[in-house]
Order: sequence, then structure tokens, then C-alpha cells
Amino acid sequence: MPPISLTVNGRRHTIDASPEMPLLWALRDKIGLTGTKYGCGVGQCGSCTVHLDGRAVRSCQTTVGSVGARAITTIEGLSPDGTHPVQRAWVAEEVAQCGYCQSGQIMAAAALLRATPRPGDAEIDAAMAGILCRCGTYDRIRRAIHRAATREASNG
Amino acid sequence: MASIRKLSRREFVALGLVSGSGLVLASRLRGTRPGSAEAFQPNAFLQIAPDGTVTIWMARAEMGQGVRTSLPMIVADELDADWSRVRIVQADAHPDRYGRQMTVGSTSVRSGAWTALREAGAAAREMLVAAAASMWGVSAAECRTEAGYVLHSASGRKAGYGELAEAAGKLPVPARPKLKDPSSFRLIGTRVPQVDATEKVTGRARFGIDVRVPGMRFATVVRSPVFGGKLKSFDPEAAKRVPGVSQVLEISSGVAVIAEHTWAAFEGARALRIEWEPGGFAMSSADFEAEYSRRLETEGIVAQREGDARTALSAAARRLQATYDAPFLSHATMEPMNCTASVSAGRCEVWAPTQNPQGSQAAAARLTGLPLDRVVVHPTYLGCGWGRRSRTEFVEDAVETSMKLGGPVQVLWTREEDLRHDYYRPLARVRFDGGLDGAGNLAGLSARVVSTPIGVGGGRPDQVDRNGVDGIAGSPYRFASFLVESHPVITPVWIGHWRSVGVSQNTFFLESFLDELAAAAGKDPVEFRRGLLADARARAVLDLAAAKSGWGSRLPAGVGRGVALVMNKESYVAQVAEVSVERGAIKVQRVVCAADCGRVIHPGIVEAQLSGAIISGLGAALHEEITFEAGRVRQANFGDYRLLRFPEAPRIEVHLVPSDAPPGSAGEPGLPPIAPAVANAIFALTGRRLRRLPLRLDA
Repeated sequence: MPPISLTVNGRRHTIDASPEMPLLWALRDKIGLTGTKYGCGVGQCGSCTVHLDGRAVRSCQTTVGSVGARAITTIEGLSPDGTHPVQRAWVAEEVAQCGYCQSGQIMAAAALLRATPRPGDAEIDAAMAGILCRCGTYDRIRRAIHRAATREASNG
Repeated sequence: MASIRKLSRREFVALGLVSGSGLVLASRLRGTRPGSAEAFQPNAFLQIAPDGTVTIWMARAEMGQGVRTSLPMIVADELDADWSRVRIVQADAHPDRYGRQMTVGSTSVRSGAWTALREAGAAAREMLVAAAASMWGVSAAECRTEAGYVLHSASGRKAGYGELAEAAGKLPVPARPKLKDPSSFRLIGTRVPQVDATEKVTGRARFGIDVRVPGMRFATVVRSPVFGGKLKSFDPEAAKRVPGVSQVLEISSGVAVIAEHTWAAFEGARALRIEWEPGGFAMSSADFEAEYSRRLETEGIVAQREGDARTALSAAARRLQATYDAPFLSHATMEPMNCTASVSAGRCEVWAPTQNPQGSQAAAARLTGLPLDRVVVHPTYLGCGWGRRSRTEFVEDAVETSMKLGGPVQVLWTREEDLRHDYYRPLARVRFDGGLDGAGNLAGLSARVVSTPIGVGGGRPDQVDRNGVDGIAGSPYRFASFLVESHPVITPVWIGHWRSVGVSQNTFFLESFLDELAAAAGKDPVEFRRGLLADARARAVLDLAAAKSGWGSRLPAGVGRGVALVMNKESYVAQVAEVSVERGAIKVQRVVCAADCGRVIHPGIVEAQLSGAIISGLGAALHEEITFEAGRVRQANFGDYRLLRFPEAPRIEVHLVPSDAPPGSAGEPGLPPIAPAVANAIFALTGRRLRRLPLRLDA
């Protein structure tokens, strides 16, 4: 089994793993980045959402063998110090309750805003429908996404 | 900190005897359970270090309800601490140092905890003032405090808490410290930034699943799919062939698969071949239905009786009967059950997302045979709790696996195991019988409730299932005559405390049936309820919800409006839901929530608890349901156990009633009214009365 190279948050990691291993577990148990969460293992909860070349994917449904040279970004790499506009908006709107699903929520929102800087409610619905929250933070997430979009726009 | 163990049975104990540690104070919470061994408890523990840092040990579990922020706010306000110099430390489990650490029933702030936390801060403040007064040779009454300083205005002198801490620690602890007048609160009632907000948006917050210990293995456990079933035999070979799997072990709860990483453990568990002795339980949901129907035909055990409801009903001008149902529900916390344990000779260390650190410690001590002081339990953040994590099976799994393995291990249940081995909200059915007099007033009401008591085979056939009737019995309404009967159905299915417990389903039942009675009486649902309410706080939230929602105003075509009310754990919540039907599906457009939760520590947290409860409760109202097939749970994952998704969340407006009453629950009472508010709106819109959860138009 040849080693697999992954570029995570700008750093190259070489791991010994089956190419079939879900990226989620490579990140958590091999590379030691635990911000990405396990919730269901079948792509239904979105807690494991990360970026591949800036697009949101479910890392539990992405095998390490399929990643290739694409850049992986996890919650730890979204910003160096927690100041990505989405993270700041999340703090300002007091979104997180238990916080467990929030890595996935934030990564999905950041990918949405990258592709659609001023999303409407329908676009937000579509981007966020796949990420479950048990605490019920959806209304504040919507407010935070609008806030982050506005700030981005006003910052030019 | 060795002196901490010398705590005597006094209300406050200063522990400033260790040189260099400053002032260390433990306060005891009095009177939560009079007469019990738990009646006298410390629940705050704080230290003022010589450098002025205030450390507050937080003994409660943080599962999204914001106690890491709100509890220290209470202590710090009375202490007049500089909030920017307050450090919060999650307390490890200890048999008695912090009092009862179990975080359940919305008891972190209410039920006396509020006063005890205030007294802890106030006692420390008085000691610091006394130390300053003594140092300056002035009267303590001439000194005041502000943001971490004692000030003597007459002489312009000022001393920081840090420099006073050592001297303060040697002073007697005031037994009855003077509490602030609420008008002088500086932190309480404000929206200070939540202490864990940044950790939770950067992936740094450490949940149970994120614990990493050197040399740790990853494992999962497979249990009998049938409740009460036992392991008969298993063939580990196929599991062992999965790359990364190192061992397959029998433990008392089932079979543990140990691996180099979680994925291998999960794949190994999938490959295992296990034979189970099924035990005696083989019920399907249809069998429960039949049993519940049978019970409804016989008298239950009387849980509440006011007047003579049977006579009133037989004399009523108009009588209405209806049967309501609520399914088993799973907690479905986003973080599945897990625990990390490291058992070695003479020591056991546990990291767990637990609502019950002391129970976890006791369980680990029992399994290892170690004394409690050799068992360390570190509570982590909880990926939601809702009562599920007050149990300890997942802790026992990890401790036992670590013992057998001889090294550290993290046991993580798969989502499927988690969903199929939950402590479910009880299955419940109620038959109401209501009688109206000639003027349309409610003359009599009876409720016969069938429910599964909490526990494993919990409850007794001859005892009222209190959780089963809670919310029908003990509602805020005054009925002219009222009879509540209980039919406990004992089952080996694990039954637990789900968010707002029995009140969650019983509010759906009662508030829906009251709506039926209002309609039968030809009365407005808000007015009909008002007529049954003597409690001013209940009326106030009902009126506020009605006013803010524009109750009685015209709605757009295709939108219906429904109201519901709850009194739950010293709080009052009324909600009005606006609902439409889109392509055959129920769509909740807007929810107006009025709440009186007593004095509010942090409005942002309380509003979040209420809106979160509405969204989560809407999932239960519209989708969630656990069913059984031959003793097994049918649902496996979020595909068939559906939580509410983002696009389904309504617009929510939360209005808090300003209140000087002691703090009530914030986490629970927002949930119960949403299901009946939606069902009542559906009735207003379509004329159809939906009496079964989850609400389905196609049923």
C-alpha cells in the first residue's frame, strides 16, 4: 500500500492508509485535526464538512484516494486566528450552542460565500440543508451568514 | 490544594491556608433536596490568586446551555470581579467538593443554585473588603468594591483583589454575606461575550471524541440489537482481517473492536459475526399500540384529582373525547456516545462528555475496584446532552475495554448503535374526556395516560408514572374538576429523560385538547385559555405572545395560526405558530415566543435556548419517531430518524418578560409548546385535528 499524500491547510502530510479510508478519519485519527466531526458516517449530517479546493464536501464520503492534489481546508485552516468573516459573524450572532456541528456549518457557509458573496435566503437554504444541528441554531446561522456577506461586501 | 479535602460541613469554607494560593473559597448549596444527603452541597469553587486572577471552577456540564458563561457571571457579579480577569476551569469529578455535579433538569441556575453562587461571590467580596479595611485601619463600611479593587473613597486608597487575597484567605468566612441589590448588577442581565464562542468556531473546543492520549487505541462496541439480549457467541476472524483492527474483545455490554483508527474499528464491527440470545423482549410497535389501547379501557392509578370530574362529565351539556399519541424519541445528540479511558495499575483516568461526572467516577471505581480518589474523571464539552449523557454505559464500555486492553482507549459508538441504544422519550398515549356546560365553560376534564416509566424496566405497575403525567398533572390551568390517571407500562426498552421530559409530549396532548374544547365551545383559543388561568405570569406570557403575533388580525390566505402555553420548571412560555401547507407538507412560517424565565442572567443565551428549543421541538413535531420491529429499533441513522433541517426552520421572534422572580429554566420550556401550536394552527387552517406525533397530513 503506497503512502498517500494530502495537502491539508497548506501543509503536506503523508499517511499510510488504504485509499478507501474516508478523509474524515484520516484527518481526525491520522493527522490529528479533530475540529472536523463525525456525526453519521453516511453523508447525512454534514458535521464532517471540509473544503476541497474551496468547495464544501462531506469528508466521511470522500476517500483519501480520491483527493489527489486538491487542497483540503478544515476548520483549523479556515483562518489563522479565527477571524474569517464567517467565524467573526458566528461569534457576533452567538450562534454556537453545544458547538459540535459548528465546524461543518461554518465550512459550508464559508464555501457558499466564496461562490456566492451575497446569497439570498433560498441559496442559503440550499447550501445549509445538508448540515444538521440538534441544538437548533439554524435561525442564528442564517443571520450570521447575512452578516458575514454584508461585511464582506462593505470591506470591498 | 491538598487542604481542599478538609472541607467541613459549614456553609462556606475558606481554604486560603496554602501559602501563595491566595483566597480559595468553596460555597455549599443549601436545601435543594431537604432531608437528603445532598441537601448541603458546595456548588461554587473559586480562587483569587495573588496576581489578581479569579478562577472559577465550573462543576456543571457545558452542552450548549451556556453555563460556562452564565454561572461564572453570577459569582463574578457579586464578587465585583474584573470579568476580563476571570478564568473558568472545568471541574473534574469529585464525590463532594462541588456538590452535585449532575447537570439535568435545568438545575444549574435555578432551584437555589442562583442564590448559592451569589453568596459565594458575596462572601469572597466581604472577606476582601475586610482585609483591606484592616490593612488601612478603616471601617469596612467605608469601603466599596469595583472591578477587582477595594476602594476607600475618603482617603483615595485602592487595593487590587490579588494583593488582598492572601490576607483575606485567613479571615473568617461570613455565614450570611450581604447580597447586592439587583439594581446594582453589572454583569447579570448583560450580553457579555460567551467564554467558549471562539473555541467553538475554530475547531479548538475539545469534545469527548477529540480526546487524544499517547498510545491510545480506537474502539467501538456492538451491543445486542434487542433490549435485554445477551451475547451468545461471536466469530472475530472477519473483523480481525480488516486492516488496522488489532483485537476483538468480549466486554459485559457486548463486543469491543479495537483498532489503530476509528474507521478500522467501525469496519471491523460491521464485519463481526455475532449470535445473540434475544431474551424475552420481542415487541413491535404494533404490539405496543395494542397494549396501550387495552390499557386505555381500564381505570389507571389516580395521579391528580380535583373535585369530581366523572360526575361533572356525565352532567355536561356537551362532551368531547379524543385520544392522542406520541412516539418513542431519540436524543440523537450530534456527538455519539463516547468515552476515553486509561486504566493502569492503581489508577483510572477518564475523559467523557458526561452530564454525570460523579456517576461516571463511581462506575469506573466499581469496575476497576479502585477507590474513588484513584479515579479521575475529566468532563469534556458535550456535543449536546438533553439528558442522554446522564447515563454511564459509554463510560463503562471504555473503562472495561481499557482494563482488558491494558492501555488507553477511546470507545466511540457508531451513529447506528447510538440511535438503537438510546434512553428514549417514552411512548405515550392519552385519552381525554372533557365536558362543557351550557355556556361553553369547561366543567370537567379527565385524562388517562399510558406511558413507559424512565429507567431500564423502570417504574412499578402499581405506581403513578410521574414523568408520564407531568405537564397534564400540574399544568398552569385551574379546572373546575379534573382527574388524571396513570397507566405505567413496564418495558426493557431503555427509557430516559429527553429535553423537558414528560412535559414535552404532555403539553402537546393538553394544549391540543384544550384547543378542541375551545372550538367546541365556540370560543377564541386565547380567550378560552385565559379563562382557565389564575396564574398572572402564565396570563402575561399568553397575552404577550398574542399581542406580538397580532393574534386576531387577518392572515394571508393559506396561513393558519395556533397558540400553546406551558409552565415548566419555574418558567412560562407561550408560542404562536403561523403555518401553511405546501405541496402536502406542513410549513411553519413564523413562531412568536413569549417567555418569563424569571431573572435572566444572559439574555443572548436565554433567547438562544428558546429559539433552539423551538427548532429542535419542531423536528419532533414533524419528523422524529422511533419504532420497533421484533424487539429492535427500526431506525438506523439520520435518513430514517429525521431531524429538522435548515430550510424548514421558521422565522422566530423571542420576547422575554422582564422579571424579578428567581431564575427559572431556560433550556427546556421553549420546546413543549411548539408541537401543539403547530397542530392548532393546522386545525385553524384546515379544520383537521392531528392527534398523533409526528404530525402528518397524509395519515
